[in-house]
Amino acid sequence: MATKKFKCELCGYIHEGDKAPASCPKCAAPADAFTEIVEAGAEAPAKKKGLDTSSNTYTIIYASVMVILVAFLLAFVSSVLKPTQDANVENDTKGQILTSLNIDIKADGYNVAQEFEKNVKDMLWNGSELVPFEGKFLSSYASAIQEGELHVFVAEVEGETKYILPVTGRGLWGSLWGYVALNADKKTVFGTYFYHSSETAGLGARLGERWFQEQFNGKPLFEGENTGAIALKVVKAGSAVADTEVNGITGATLTGNGVDAMVREGLAAYLSFINN
Amino acid sequence: MSKLFSEENRAAFSKPLNLDNPVVIQVLGICSALAVTSQLEPAIVMGLSVTVITAFSNVIISLLRKTIPNRIRIIVQLVVVAALVTIVSEFLKAYVYDVSVQLSVYVGLIITNCILMGRLEAFAMQNSPWPSLLDGIGNGLGYAWVLIVVGFVRELFGFGTLLGFQIIPQSWYVENGGWYMNNGMMVMPAMSLVIVGCVIWAHRSLNKEEK
Repeated sequence: MATKKFKCELCGYIHEGDKAPASCPKCAAPADAFTEIVEAGAEAPAKKKGLDTSSNTYTIIYASVMVILVAFLLAFVSSVLKPTQDANVENDTKGQILTSLNIDIKADGYNVAQEFEKNVKDMLWNGSELVPFEGKFLSSYASAIQEGELHVFVAEVEGETKYILPVTGRGLWGSLWGYVALNADKKTVFGTYFYHSSETAGLGARLGERWFQEQFNGKPLFEGENTGAIALKVVKAGSAVADTEVNGITGATLTGNGVDAMVREGLAAYLSFINN
Repeated sequence: MSKLFSEENRAAFSKPLNLDNPVVIQVLGICSALAVTSQLEPAIVMGLSVTVITAFSNVIISLLRKTIPNRIRIIVQLVVVAALVTIVSEFLKAYVYDVSVQLSVYVGLIITNCILMGRLEAFAMQNSPWPSLLDGIGNGLGYAWVLIVVGFVRELFGFGTLLGFQIIPQSWYVENGGWYMNNGMMVMPAMSLVIVGCVIWAHRSLNKEEK
């Protein structure tokens, strides 16, 4: 055990020993001018024996306990909140599908779940006809599309049939997804909705804004009579000329390319449905 | 009460706003200043989120400071911050889904924000919870105002809008027969560093005497 240290407040002399000296050898100040110096390193072992915070055992136990506690806490929070979150995600997906029909789902008193139930039917395209989809409503269509499970949402808007096709792709930083609503003739776009997981805020992330999505409204999918290849595309901001071209987002060319590929490849997967 | 707002405590809160600003003086958190300031709204949201998280993680680390083993203190700090941010974002996802969708991009940026780690290491490890809370709020707000200034300049000149509202009249634009064109440079990430540089310059020349 290290000896205690005492400092003379008047001249700064430091005395080592069990207690302060009767007078300061340097400036002759009395004992009460001395104060004990408590050093960070010396204090801990003196105060709490057996809790040496720099020992290996302590460090390992501390780390393990911390990790286990945090893991349990996170697992607990996540499992408690999961059902509510899933319901939110499902409702959000339904909202996105309805938004692609140019419906303002943020309007007062609009109930997404009810309206979806009433107006939209979840169908599957099996290559020759549409059959009702019996499974649980999916909140993400990336894996379904990859497995060749082609969902088609059939909706009625003001007496007209609209077909909504889910599309997925990759942007600059992460995944993109969207819903393209086609008119009954399946040759022109009725409306779209796109969103992203991690595009740059203020730039690529603007693909989630309505002004960008609404540019697609009324655009033809094909150039002239060539119904073999999707001609609809996203071009650099400000350079759209042809009927089938849509302006990209300023400062987010790569995200724009991602949307372009997503829409074209996504719709190409449905060509047999579109040309049916 | 007087002790709660003693001079030192007030300094812990007010210094980071100006003379010890995390961005302008210490040049921390520059990475996120670049990422989220192309428009004003994300800049405000990011500034506030960082303020809240810095304040809370400062308090938690300050409470634990005497038990944390010195050799793994950075890991402990990181675990606290990451756990806190994850839990908050889980709650947002469950109860205010719209906000969580908007914030999703920022969650990763908050965890890795150097200001957070800097304050935990430099302040919360040595001070009691109350000054740490003030320090956290002060630094968060000090960070927020710089972001807001940068976001303001970039959105106004890059898009002609503020918080999404059109500020520069449509009739001024070249496309509509006017003379004005949005400054495309402002939209580019690099421009935020130039603006931060200008803010630092202005700030230093204003505070010359006090140094």
